[in-house]
Amino acid sequence: MSEFIDFFVGKYNYWAFILLMMIGLYAMIAKKNLAKKIIGMNIFQTAIILFYISTAAKGGGASIPIIAHGHGHGLSEHGARAADYINPLPHVLMLTAIVVSVATLGVALTLAVKVYHQYGTLEEDEIADRIRAQTGGEP
Amino acid sequence: MKLVALASALLCGTILLFGTAEFPDFGDPDSPAASHVSPRYIEEAMAETSAPNIVTAVLADYRGFDTLFETAVVFSAAMACFFLLRIFGEDERRPSEKLYRHLPTGITLRIDPGGKVPDSPEFERIDGIWIPHDVIVKTTTRLIIPFIQLFGLYVIAHGHHSPGGGFQGGVILGASVILYAISQNLRQALGRMGEAVSAVFCAAGVFIYAGAGALCLLMGANFLDYSGLAPLFGVDAIQARSLGILVVEIGVGLAVMSAMVWIYYNLASMGRHQEGL
Amino acid sequence: MSPHLPALPVVVPLLSALLITILGWSNRRLPFPIALVALTAGLLSALGLMKDVLARGVIGYNMGGWDPPWGIAYRVDHLNALVLVVVMAAALIGLIATRDRVKAEFEDRIVPFYTLFVLFVTGLSGILLTGDAFNLYVLLEIASLTGYALIGLGEGRAPLAGLNYILMGTIGASFYLLGVGYLYLMTGTLNMVDLAARLPGLYDSHVVALAFFICLTGLFVKMAFFPVHVWLPNAYSNASSAAGILIAPLTTKVMIYVMIRITLTVFTPDYAFDVLDIGDAVVWLSVIAIVMGSVFALAQNRLKRILSYIVVAEVGYMVGGFWLGNRAGITGSILHIVNDAAMTLCVFLAAGALLTRVPGDRLIHLQGLFRKMPVSMAALVVGGLSIIGAPPTCGFFSKWYLISGGIDAGHYGFVAALLFSSLVNVALFFRVFEIAYYEPFGADHGHDPRAHGASGREDAPAAMLAPLVVVAVLLVALGLYSGDLVSAIIQHAIPARII
Repeated sequence: MSEFIDFFVGKYNYWAFILLMMIGLYAMIAKKNLAKKIIGMNIFQTAIILFYISTAAKGGGASIPIIAHGHGHGLSEHGARAADYINPLPHVLMLTAIVVSVATLGVALTLAVKVYHQYGTLEEDEIADRIRAQTGGEP
Repeated sequence: MKLVALASALLCGTILLFGTAEFPDFGDPDSPAASHVSPRYIEEAMAETSAPNIVTAVLADYRGFDTLFETAVVFSAAMACFFLLRIFGEDERRPSEKLYRHLPTGITLRIDPGGKVPDSPEFERIDGIWIPHDVIVKTTTRLIIPFIQLFGLYVIAHGHHSPGGGFQGGVILGASVILYAISQNLRQALGRMGEAVSAVFCAAGVFIYAGAGALCLLMGANFLDYSGLAPLFGVDAIQARSLGILVVEIGVGLAVMSAMVWIYYNLASMGRHQEGL
Repeated sequence: MSPHLPALPVVVPLLSALLITILGWSNRRLPFPIALVALTAGLLSALGLMKDVLARGVIGYNMGGWDPPWGIAYRVDHLNALVLVVVMAAALIGLIATRDRVKAEFEDRIVPFYTLFVLFVTGLSGILLTGDAFNLYVLLEIASLTGYALIGLGEGRAPLAGLNYILMGTIGASFYLLGVGYLYLMTGTLNMVDLAARLPGLYDSHVVALAFFICLTGLFVKMAFFPVHVWLPNAYSNASSAAGILIAPLTTKVMIYVMIRITLTVFTPDYAFDVLDIGDAVVWLSVIAIVMGSVFALAQNRLKRILSYIVVAEVGYMVGGFWLGNRAGITGSILHIVNDAAMTLCVFLAAGALLTRVPGDRLIHLQGLFRKMPVSMAALVVGGLSIIGAPPTCGFFSKWYLISGGIDAGHYGFVAALLFSSLVNVALFFRVFEIAYYEPFGADHGHDPRAHGASGREDAPAAMLAPLVVVAVLLVALGLYSGDLVSAIIQHAIPARII
């Protein structure tokens, strides 16, 4: 039992991201409303961002990755130690991924607006009814 | 459907959980992620790029090529919104009904199709939906907006030394214009920062970034190798990298600001640019 | 050649896309010429890269002057140089051919259309050249976002199809990103070559296997592999014909390239084919993909939907051929990337040409078109024969390699699926040809004013026909020279270890 608790406590960040990801995936598949699907998509992307960011953490008092007193000491003196600062790379990667997810969200909302304009609803089954009414059942 | 969704989400989660057993612990300073590539950034970024904010140094220099395309993604999204939503010409549902507000009295006039349009500075064209004439909100936002924009510029310019940079500063600048559009109306915001301005600024921002990279090519260095710009800036290679980071951050800020505003214009008015909020 | 050549296929289109917006906003005649120049320059630099690679072998290029794994490095070898030439050529031909269609379909959106399309090509060429696993994700999103937009603006169900494409595409890309994250967590690097160097010590780790499966799942969604293909038919058949012509030949092929790249370069064939030993399972999946794609294609009554489901079946060909894990199979798979890009371009272009003169793409609309539009129909026949796999055309040769790969591997299910799919394609295309050849034009809609021109020739505009004829001739030429293509380029793209 205590092994399990160690396992859970030591890696709770992964559990959190997996939980978030399951919520997002569930929303994307189960929800009938397109706006809710888009929200699910965003939760799904956020889960992955959380995963990356959590890998950047370093225990033992590591600080944010900005070198303290970086200027005014001459360039050669900054023997910054890697253990003093958390890992900057996942932060950089996730800055990119956040921007990408915002951009995707923007385009998805745009398409949702267009769909709403066209069918007057965002509920998938109602849209399907309307398409059937328009085309007589043909794809 | 709900059961299928639940089953697939649980299946996916279980498979992923099964993998976590071999993961390094949370905050482990000796994990491979913390010990292979990233130590060099922490130890050398200051000496190699003269930017104390390591995230900025990695973002705009070591992995600047990623960031160029990240900016291009924002540009594509804004362009995609415009491409998909924009409707040119008059609203076909309400052909030419126009609403005007008489500024001194606050009375709203509706001009039917064919009616005479008041031609006086006392009348202000307003949006199709009725908007209360709210003096407090309008005045307060007018006061706040300059400070928001100043802060946005600070965040862009200070990205070398503190958390911030082009993306964050650009979003703050964009938010100030969106605040203006919300508190006044969309038409006035368009008068201040029109569609063509947003579009061209957005492209120009990315162009500054990509152009800085291409300039390095022309100077004989690799693409985005800002040290090649040293003769142009008249400084040594490391300072040139620092200045190069600033140049691309400005480009990013410009692109992100205009993209946010442009996306807002198109989404908020469903592409008509007539009705605001 | 210039040492900066590897950067050009990405940088030139990117700058041109921005110039299209900046300059085109005030002058609506500029977007097309700028796009034309950009893609021509892209094609020329791709050919230059190909020549360099043939002469010198693998070329590396460090973005920002930083050595990998700290910076982002481009790495050009035979495989991506070949696919890059194909992508650039297909994009250029498509661009020239669709000029009038774009003018007609997007008259007030010329600037965003060409901006997005050139950005789309930028994204694809970046995906092909990059040697960094995360950079690939960013470029993938550029290509996807622009693709969603181009597909989403069409008649009828296009926005809905675009939205479904975005939801599935984002899941796919996110899975890929998660897989890369797992690899990063275990190795601490994102560079493909560095990953390949650090992974062998971790081959018995479950996380690495999981990372591989997650990446593969994500790519399967993106390439429309059978169970997760549902976005493709709606997206491609509802898109405007210009967007369909430009996008359909490219996206799935590039995704298959990414799968090959990740498997061969990052994980190495030893791991993928021997340690994991999932080849057999994936080939069976692709058997299902081929069979189901063909069966669904049979059930359709619209030309573009038939073609879309054929694309789904063709994805099965390439995935299955690759996972056979032997030299003939992988050769067939890579050759089929080239051929399928040309074939898809040919048939979608022919369908687009037909749509300039007939009101819709239901099969009933095709009646009598052989007499009315002989050139377009002839091109459709060549494309159809190539998809069927008839000998003088290129489709025969890649199918030949795939089948001999299946026989070498003793995987007769795959061979049977290929033959079955060929038979179905025969049935499909000959049904189309029969309607177009024997039934008189406008038989069911005689009151249609267009029926007056029934006996007269009224082919698509020459600006569209000329590129179409070029592609049709190319299909035969690719077939005739496929032996040279394989021995000069593709053999070098496959690691020597694979027999």
